[in-house]
Amino acid sequence: MQTHYSDLLVIGAGLAGERVACEAAQNGFKATCLSIVPARRSHSSAAQGGMQAALGNCAKGDGDCPDVHFIDTVKGSDWGCDQEVARLFADTAPIEMRRLAHWGVPWNRVVPGKSTFFKGGEKFEKYEKDENEGLITARSFGGTAKWRTCYTSDGTGHAVMCTMDNRCAELGIDVFDKKEAVSLIHDGETCTGAVVRCLRTGELEVFLAKATAICTGGFGRIYKATTNAVICDGGGHIIAHDTGVVPIGNPEAIQFHPTGIVPTDILVTEGCRGDGGTLLDVNEERFMNIYEPDKAELASRDVVSRWMTHHMRQGKGVKSPYGEHLWLDIRHLGNEHISTKLREVDEICHHFLGVDPRHELIPVRPTQHYTMAGIRTDKDGSAYGLKGLFSAGEAACWDMHGFNRLGGNSLAETVVAGGIIGAKIVEFLKGYETTFNTQTINQAVIKQRERIENLIRGKNGRLNVYEVRNEMQEALMKGCFVFRNQQGLEECVETLQGTLDKAKRVGLVSDGTGPNYELAAALKIKGQVRLALCIAQAALQRTESRGSHNREDYPERNDKDWLNRTLAYWPENADMPELSYEDTTAKFEIPPGDRGYGGGTIIPADEGYVRDRTVESPVNELGTKK
Amino acid sequence: MGRQLEFEIFRFNPQKQGDVPRMQTYVLEETTNMTLFIALNRLREEQDPSLVFDFCCRAGICGACAMVINGRPGLACQTKTKDQPGKITLHPLPVFKLVGDLAVDTGVWFREMYDKTESWVHTSRTFDPAAQEERMDNAVAEQIYELERCIECGCCVSACGTARLREDFMGAAALNRIARFVVDPRDQRTDSDYFEIIGNDNGIFGCMGLLACEDVCPKGLPLQNQLGFLRRKMGITAIKEIFRK
Ligand SMILES: Cc1cc2nc3c(=O)[nH]c(=O)nc-3n(C[C@H](O)[C@H](O)[C@H](O)COP(=O)(O)OP(=O)(O)OC[C@H]3O[C@@H](n4cnc5c(N)ncnc54)[C@H](O)[C@@H]3O)c2cc1C
Ligand code: SF4
Ligand code: SF4
Ligand code: FES
Repeated sequence: MQTHYSDLLVIGAGLAGERVACEAAQNGFKATCLSIVPARRSHSSAAQGGMQAALGNCAKGDGDCPDVHFIDTVKGSDWGCDQEVARLFADTAPIEMRRLAHWGVPWNRVVPGKSTFFKGGEKFEKYEKDENEGLITARSFGGTAKWRTCYTSDGTGHAVMCTMDNRCAELGIDVFDKKEAVSLIHDGETCTGAVVRCLRTGELEVFLAKATAICTGGFGRIYKATTNAVICDGGGHIIAHDTGVVPIGNPEAIQFHPTGIVPTDILVTEGCRGDGGTLLDVNEERFMNIYEPDKAELASRDVVSRWMTHHMRQGKGVKSPYGEHLWLDIRHLGNEHISTKLREVDEICHHFLGVDPRHELIPVRPTQHYTMAGIRTDKDGSAYGLKGLFSAGEAACWDMHGFNRLGGNSLAETVVAGGIIGAKIVEFLKGYETTFNTQTINQAVIKQRERIENLIRGKNGRLNVYEVRNEMQEALMKGCFVFRNQQGLEECVETLQGTLDKAKRVGLVSDGTGPNYELAAALKIKGQVRLALCIAQAALQRTESRGSHNREDYPERNDKDWLNRTLAYWPENADMPELSYEDTTAKFEIPPGDRGYGGGTIIPADEGYVRDRTVESPVNELGTKK
Repeated sequence: MGRQLEFEIFRFNPQKQGDVPRMQTYVLEETTNMTLFIALNRLREEQDPSLVFDFCCRAGICGACAMVINGRPGLACQTKTKDQPGKITLHPLPVFKLVGDLAVDTGVWFREMYDKTESWVHTSRTFDPAAQEERMDNAVAEQIYELERCIECGCCVSACGTARLREDFMGAAALNRIARFVVDPRDQRTDSDYFEIIGNDNGIFGCMGLLACEDVCPKGLPLQNQLGFLRRKMGITAIKEIFRK
């Protein structure tokens, strides 16, 4: 069996993982990255929109600064975020964007002079200043007060991912692809690496390290309908959770996007609605204007998703072999608009649906999009529960997103958190020595080997992994999707308990040799169902609505009782997660208040509680810059 | 009822003792908007869990799913079955090392390519976190991005006659990568530095200019233009080098 050593083992080679690795390597430590796919195929490269940083170079970004970015982020989180982390993030983002420029990202730049742009279907003019020519420019995004989203054409994630991976090559960092971590190596107190399955040979390998960072992205794939890549399946969360001592933070915080296409749930941009597209039902009639007379299709992501789901429940969905959906209509926007402003949507329709959106309707439905939930860390990125274990990026609940993530803030988080947490890991590594206990290592490997053999031999049963996975996905779609209520959640928990039982009795149909995918699926099914149960149980307990967590039976945001973060532990041999709670934030720069959009009532927090925690800030309590 | 699609799929698991390469036939009913992503996953989940193939984004943006579809390299996730005949033949990409069935090892090939081309900005400047960013012309930024759109699917490499004959041939993707740095003002390498890397038969002079690479590139990258651009540039550099001696 192969054993690899390094100072830092990074599990996941998306933007967050590679940024962490670069920081360690630049400081003279040996860093190794693992990934299921070649690094550049990580989901980070799928992000097209851009990443937020308050550079304030472009005309519509004039007057922007980290304080305003901080305010937007806290409001966006529906006061569910850790404000110290949001502050750290907003302050560091501009530096990190400039660093990326230095490393090679071809950011779009300010072009001086007059130009036009669209807002709400109307045409406006703007003037870019001569003195800003050639500085990094920005575009507009939902939920932000200023144009703050840095971009490269329509491929920001791709361009940044290329640069980051180039940087890793330059620094000589080993980035191994087709390597999947299947368990952590730990003694209940300290983490010393991971057991890894090679997806070329099927062999197990051991990666030992003084520090381990989990940067495995989101786990959208436990839902049936998701915009996420097929590798976003929770592998990293599962191995952390499986230790029994590392909690998942805010498992109930899952974001849904209104317009994933059917059948493959590929995302079509919010821009379609922004530019005047409408949503139609089975009778090809509009409905959003009935539910939200004011904003109609332009209400926030969560609100639109909620009404779409409601409308389908009323029997107004379109039936298809892939389940029910609604229609997105952009026909009236015309050929010119579609082939220029919505080119990417045009291409998606062409390649994946064989539909011409100039003349035909686009089948859409709300779809899982982002996991604010994640491995709970402190503000240094250090995971709760195990020394030497860190996490960054979408995999982590570092917690700057709270209960709703703003567009453009997660790609920025990957590099900003990667840099900050990478530096903290460097501090940790300096002068730190650990011992690799051969017994601990052997036991970890033996345990995985036994699991594999049991699955192949069908020792615990012969249930089909794909059927069990379907049952879990359906249960989440039914009970833990856009809408949540007590009855639905109770049913969901009950179903999932049954599913968990089945997950323990899965066995392979194939023989499992070599790069077998059925085995990969079978190895993580139990962990996935546990994650699903954490979501359902935490959502059942949280009797309020905050951000993406919508309780029909508790529509108000309840700061009095729920200004806290859920921590979901899974003790060894338990049948259900153990939930506990911690304060959302140690300090308030902005005391809880109205977000300014989305409506809803708020049950206020105890005044004394808020006062005690409110700190001096460049931002005033109304949530504006002083 | 939809068509009964017949799939002829290349099978070989190099990790399995005694396994031999062969074609295997599967039948699947076509549904509306079916892509090869949907079809292959259904085959694996409903009929044969031992099937090996790669998908990641399933949206035509990551390059994981390239394979030879009815004789032509392309992305399986954005191939609709309705555009194919009732019989669909699938092979793994040639040139790359076979992982199993339809999956090949593009990761190692491309990582070696980064090392050969030194695929990063070479600069003597250091980053100053307190300073404003260096300025760049927007048109130049867009030009760089156009060359950086390669998703490393490997289609061009596997369609290339030279790459099939000569293992060391860098292929269009690598030459395109060089072109990306040539146009980047931040990269301080000179023409003769680039010549060191690609001014030989494994690089620009091995290319037969038959265009197969550009024909199959799913991102529509202007590979031929870049090859021409580099060939001219390298030709001039070669002449300069000769006279210098
Ligand atoms: C369609 C889409 C569009 C988006 N657009 C935007 C946008 O415009 N702006 C924005 O800010 N955000 C956007 N996002 C969100 C953003 O892209 C992601 O949150 C972010 O890229 C996550 O980066 P990451 O580095 O944390 O993880 P990822 O990039 O997902 O990388 C995860 C890595 O972990 C590896 N991995 C996973 N499991 C294992 C395992 N068990 N063992 C070893 N390796 C493993 C994977 O191979 C991969 O390398 C978008 C998301 C989607 C789905
Ligand atoms: S043009 Fe050159 S690189 Fe392209 S396929 Fe032909 S020989 Fe290969
Ligand atoms: S150049 Fe085109 S065909 Fe070649 S690897 Fe890149 S995207 Fe694929
Ligand atoms: S799966 Fe990403 S391009 Fe096909």
